[in-house]
Amino acid sequence: MNLLQKFLLELQEITLLITAAFVGLFKSPRYVKETVKQMDLIGVGSLPIVILTGFFTGGVLILQTFPLLVYYGAQGESGKAVSTSLIRELGPVLSALMVSGRIGSAISAELGSMVVSQQIDAMRALGTDPYRKLVAPRLIALIFMLPFLTVAADVFGLIGGGIVASTLFNQDYGVFLASVRNGITVEDIISGVIKPLFFGLIIGSIACYKGLSTTGGTVGVGRSTTSAVVLSSIVVIIFDFFLSRALQSILDVRPV
Amino acid sequence: MVSNTSEELISNNEIVEEELEPTDLEDAVDNIERVVPAIEFRDVYLSFDDATILNGISFTVRRGETKVILGRSGGGKSTTIRLILGLLKPDSGQILIDGEDITHYSENEMMEVRKKVGMVFQEGALFDSLSVYDNVAYRLHEQGVSEQDVETEVRRMLRFVDLEDAIDKMPDELSGGMRRRVGIARALVGDPQIVLFDEPTAGLDPPTARTICELAIKLRDLEDVSSIFVTHELKNLEYLSNEYAVVDENGDVNFEQEGEKLCLINTEIVMLKEGKVIFTGKDDEFYASEDKYIQTFVHGK
Ligand SMILES: Nc1ncnc2c1ncn2[C@@H]1O[C@H](COP(=O)(O)OP(=O)(O)OP(=O)(O)O)[C@@H](O)[C@H]1O
Ligand SMILES: [Mg+2]
Repeated sequence: MNLLQKFLLELQEITLLITAAFVGLFKSPRYVKETVKQMDLIGVGSLPIVILTGFFTGGVLILQTFPLLVYYGAQGESGKAVSTSLIRELGPVLSALMVSGRIGSAISAELGSMVVSQQIDAMRALGTDPYRKLVAPRLIALIFMLPFLTVAADVFGLIGGGIVASTLFNQDYGVFLASVRNGITVEDIISGVIKPLFFGLIIGSIACYKGLSTTGGTVGVGRSTTSAVVLSSIVVIIFDFFLSRALQSILDVRPV
Repeated sequence: MVSNTSEELISNNEIVEEELEPTDLEDAVDNIERVVPAIEFRDVYLSFDDATILNGISFTVRRGETKVILGRSGGGKSTTIRLILGLLKPDSGQILIDGEDITHYSENEMMEVRKKVGMVFQEGALFDSLSVYDNVAYRLHEQGVSEQDVETEVRRMLRFVDLEDAIDKMPDELSGGMRRRVGIARALVGDPQIVLFDEPTAGLDPPTARTICELAIKLRDLEDVSSIFVTHELKNLEYLSNEYAVVDENGDVNFEQEGEKLCLINTEIVMLKEGKVIFTGKDDEFYASEDKYIQTFVHGK
């Protein structure tokens, strides 16, 4: 019961945080410069790891499925196999997990140490709303940049898959590309871009909430950083299932 | 405001205390404003978990007055100051700023109130990702003041605390005392009418501590600022309650001892003990007090 209570309380706090951040967007001062800076930090900064993740995930997908496809005599469909799983699932989820590890932890550590060194109090004392100055730019940057990162992961995943297929399994690039083009549907792409919007919101709000509710000095900062990453990763994975289900029925996705 | 000499200020305060009979209309307006205290605590209670920190605190800070808050470490002095800014909310009781009951103000409503209050945090609380310049300029940047005006003001404030050389440094390149002084400059930007000092001289050498007290005296006597000055050091108390600032014909600020000519009435002591106010009054009454607790506080044993 206590656990449920705690969960509901946190959910309420996070909802309030999101509301406060977004309501603030309609009032001046707007922190445009701050938001652009966060976008650079989050988007451009995470690009290398997301590209690497995507590239090797695409590669390993081919590596593992190609023999199976050969067994069924369907090696011509290799591009389709990798693109469906990559664009629907692995691209969005893996990018979100990487970003949650890199950015979620950074956000909650930064906000957490601002709390314990009284900088948040000082900010409030100087008349600034931390939800607007700190939370909103980070949330917006995450929601806006994660879809781009996901697309980058998808593209490099396909490239990785293509390279593995051609070098290790001697498949023709043209065949691979044709089956990719064949395999991707508009619905896949739409759902693959809608998902990261939600994941960005999840990662950002959990990280900001955990950071701002830090107590207990430096140890507390470590604690909230860890729980921000763990919680947001788990929530992303769980939410992904329900989001996939919802998108399937909304977009009427055919099951391959 | 700056033209106020201390004599004027003091006689103004005396009118409030003794004879509330304004002679002309202008005086009347001025006095009505002055009757309303800048800060008022009415029976404020606050506890953290099961520890009661403030157990029914009441005091007022009049316009242009400095209240020196004394009390043991952990006695709730910083907590009291945080309540004024609405960083914490009391369990019960009322807190008024300029006659406005801010006790139940939302965070949004508090933002307006905070504009007229400057706070010097005990630990400095500088933004460590911003340079000294940006720290001091923070409030002005938030208000969208033009960069040129910001720079003039920031330089003026940093000169005030004797730190103009450090303008481009980052907070972690500063010593503790320098950090505190940047905190003071940051709090005073925008000329707030109420200033809260939380142990601004702790850990500073005597001359620097003296400079900070002089600053508080100047704000009180020349700018008509109401302030709360939390301190442990009786030396500060001595400066604040015995000296006043006057501007001479050349426009220089001089500090004079109170004496025959006039007696300072705009500085008072509030002594906290176990969450209660056990003493309010002038410094001579304080030193003359028979109270055991005050005696040990003064003599250290
Ligand atoms: N956020 C908090 N949670 C729990 N207890 C707190 C909190 N903040 C302060 N306290 C407690 O309240 C009491 C008063 O703290 P406060 O900081 O007001 O003391 P102080 O008078 O300023 O002391 P000092 O002179 O050492 O600065 C202390 O006993 C402290 O342990
Ligand atoms: Mg304190």
